[in-house]
Amino acid sequence: MSDEKLLSADAYRAIDKEIAKYPEGRKSSAVMAALAIAQNEIGWVSESVVEDVAGYLDMRPIAVWEVATFYGMYNLEKPGRSKLAICTNLPCALQGANKTVDQLKLKLGIDFNETALDGSVTLKEAECMGACGDAPVVIINDREMRGKIGVSDIDALIEELKAR
Amino acid sequence: MITLEVDGKTVEVESGSTVMDAANKLGVHVPHFCYHKKLSIAANCRMCLVEVEKAPKPLPACATPATQDMKVYTRSEQAKTAQKGVMEFLLINHPLDCPICDQGGECQLQDLAVGYGGSGSRFNEAKRIVRTKELGPLVSASEMSRCIHCTRCVRFGQEIAGVMELGMAGRGEHSEIMSFVGSTVDSELSGNMIDVCPVGALTSKPFRYAARTWELARRKTVSPHDALGSNLTAQVKGDTVIRVVPFENAELNECWISDRDRFSYEGLNASDRLLSPMLKIDGQWEEVDWAVALDHIKEKLISSNIKPERIGAFATPQATTEELYLFQKLIRALGSENIDYRLRQTDYDVRPNGYKPWLAMNVSDIENLDRILVIGSNIRKEQPLLAHRMRQAVKKNDASLAFINPMKSDSLVPTAEDFLVVPSQITGLLGEVVKAVSLLLDRSVPEGLDDISVGSDADRIAQMLVSGERKLILVGALCRNHPDRSKIEQLSHLIGQLVEANVGLLTEGPNSLGAEVVNNLPGSDGLNAGEMMSTALDAYFLLHAEMSEDSCAPGLAAGVLKSAPLVVALNAFKGEVSEYATVILPVSPFSETAGTFINLEGTPQSFGPVAPTKGLSRPAWRLIAALGKLFGCTDFEYQSIEDVRAELKDHLDNFRGELQAKYEVGSIEKQRRSDVQDEIERVSDVPMYSVDSIVRRAPALQLTKEAQHDFVWVSSDLSIKLDISDQDVVRVEQGENHFDLPARVDSNLMSSAVRVSMNSRASKVIGGVAGTVRISKIQSTGALA
Ligand code: SF4
Ligand code: FES
Ligand code: FES
Repeated sequence: MSDEKLLSADAYRAIDKEIAKYPEGRKSSAVMAALAIAQNEIGWVSESVVEDVAGYLDMRPIAVWEVATFYGMYNLEKPGRSKLAICTNLPCALQGANKTVDQLKLKLGIDFNETALDGSVTLKEAECMGACGDAPVVIINDREMRGKIGVSDIDALIEELKAR
Repeated sequence: MITLEVDGKTVEVESGSTVMDAANKLGVHVPHFCYHKKLSIAANCRMCLVEVEKAPKPLPACATPATQDMKVYTRSEQAKTAQKGVMEFLLINHPLDCPICDQGGECQLQDLAVGYGGSGSRFNEAKRIVRTKELGPLVSASEMSRCIHCTRCVRFGQEIAGVMELGMAGRGEHSEIMSFVGSTVDSELSGNMIDVCPVGALTSKPFRYAARTWELARRKTVSPHDALGSNLTAQVKGDTVIRVVPFENAELNECWISDRDRFSYEGLNASDRLLSPMLKIDGQWEEVDWAVALDHIKEKLISSNIKPERIGAFATPQATTEELYLFQKLIRALGSENIDYRLRQTDYDVRPNGYKPWLAMNVSDIENLDRILVIGSNIRKEQPLLAHRMRQAVKKNDASLAFINPMKSDSLVPTAEDFLVVPSQITGLLGEVVKAVSLLLDRSVPEGLDDISVGSDADRIAQMLVSGERKLILVGALCRNHPDRSKIEQLSHLIGQLVEANVGLLTEGPNSLGAEVVNNLPGSDGLNAGEMMSTALDAYFLLHAEMSEDSCAPGLAAGVLKSAPLVVALNAFKGEVSEYATVILPVSPFSETAGTFINLEGTPQSFGPVAPTKGLSRPAWRLIAALGKLFGCTDFEYQSIEDVRAELKDHLDNFRGELQAKYEVGSIEKQRRSDVQDEIERVSDVPMYSVDSIVRRAPALQLTKEAQHDFVWVSSDLSIKLDISDQDVVRVEQGENHFDLPARVDSNLMSSAVRVSMNSRASKVIGGVAGTVRISKIQSTGALA
């Protein structure tokens, strides 16, 4: 490993804290947390992030890559200023998520996993967030959840995100 | 024990077994993809669904524990419907184009689809397309749309190869098997992924589209590339071996083989295969008849008045026992005792009381060990499947594994301990271990070692060895080719006797033990390999030996041979021997002759030819017998290999008894490790894909990273001290000579060591032996950085 660290000392300290939650010799259990911490700092999970986390947790890079690609919350490409993820699982779909999706794609001029030309919004497909009562559900930047988003809500939502 | 019923038949299985185990025991076939008897249970393909009485739904046989009085139905209506349903799902995204798939005819999915699939598809939507992956020169992943995500290849990497190189990225419909961004699969066991893959996703790159399975004849044989003697099935189309796969042998290779065993068959068809005897006439090589070539040899021996003691003979352990037996018989019949097979060794001292180099235990018992100390071996490269057995020992018994090496061991066992020493200090360290062990066991310290101080590393090794119950000390190639070989063996045996450990000596090639058994060794006043390479004799006989590659003194040996009036090379390939031979006799490689290899655990394995001889080439045993007759030696009448074997019978019957001989340690020389290490030492290894003439000619293996060996590897410390980075040109001086070659920084090497392979171009000039060297940077190529 090179001497230059990818992440800040604070980030590694945060990862250490996560590692301490698991029994001795189970460092790799902290992989999800470590990826999240790294993404928070770098903005996305680049190949070097994967390699760095793998080195830090004594894992093979491909094992970390499996995790990074499995969960939707990791950005495998540099995202726009905001990330908008919409659930397309069954309950949301039954409540018209697909129409919402079409409208989003139309208005943003992009497909899933793409970023609007002005760099404002990246559109993502999400899996059930356990908030099916509010279907269709979207989540902004992995943190801010909005429910019952229909076709008519899209213009305002995009306006809001572009202003960020 | 648990008793249960499968399809109305009662069976008893051990507790902890699965329904699949019970069915297997009865010989009831349950269709499956992800289940593999040597891999962990993933239960992700669902093909093995069966009906179990009182269970509300079908259960996967591979993952369902067998319970007392369970009633299982594998062919009931419910089971069949479930299996059919799973098959339909599996085929949704799988291309239905078996006729153009390389796996066609030997595909588990194809077979089961015929049994359980529909005759047409109800799926009209678009199938998913998965991009080709580039995994290196051996394993092809060009058809990943065919993958059914059973994860066998992933589990193979994690559990058997010991390194996870493939993984399943993405999820659900987006899952893809891949390596981490474009890295190749470099495991020395990678080819087994091709075998475990039940579909045509992972296939053999060299074999791709070379033949259909039903065009191939399958013949059993034995690997000629390492001392394990893996059992192989050679698949032959017409006269040519075009694929090699494992033949299961639970005692040796289980159902695996190393990539070296799998892909080196390509070398058998190398462009310089000899099809006719050749004679050098006025400096030109000419193809001649057998009679002309043989007469020439006889005539030359007489006309040049070559005295018996001026004849030398080199064999390699790649030769069969029959060949080696007749070879030494011929040389001895000519009156010479100058014969040797130990071409890469440098210390020829005879072992006490006829002790023979061998593993001193069974291969399959390695898994049961709880203490393993490896001295001087990069075990993964030297004996890939022994390394796998060691990993199993660690997994099963929590065995302690330790290495004494000049580099970190790269054993893929995280708990393995490395004790780093430069080659010249191995004896010193072992001396200290003897003392430490003696003290721990309250024994008197052998004379000569009483006043040495014991380092903390020696103490740790001793601690490890005095504890535990089933122990092995394994002495590897770096020690075998070490100038102090016999001292290292002596000290290892002493330690072994003190702590009651087996002491195994890893042997070279497939048949070192065979060579020892038939005495392919110099007689008491004969010259050994080293002496024959440095004293110019008048006539040389070479059996399979390519002296620039198979010996520890590549340049020296070739030079000496060039000056001899008669050099008879018995070889399958022309390339190298044509540089110094005067007559070349084309002999069959192992694949075209019958023979016997005795592996490192002392098991003789006989095999027959798997393909007919090529051109005018002949099995070496026949040829040597013909030479014997030609020279008028008595007792060279052999009609068949059986006649040779009959004569060998006594040797073969007796040697297993001889193997039990105790190693008499005798008196110990004083050993001392100097504290300061200011000199740079060279480590001289034989790269994995350079071990013998066939491997060296296998194109796919030669494309691997592992095969690239024309470098000087420099430790990280030295690279900083001497400002050397990758690709810089570095001068290596050893003795009087020097050679310039590109550098590679190797962070595994210990600080005062460099590595230059015995087969590297440099060795032709500076020799192939470990020793003190000087290093200097000549030119920086990586100047930009
Ligand atoms: S590549 Fe082959 S072995 Fe690997 S998951 Fe796919 S089907 Fe299974
Ligand atoms: S299905 Fe969309 S939140 Fe559950
Ligand atoms: S074989 Fe049982 S689920 Fe795959």
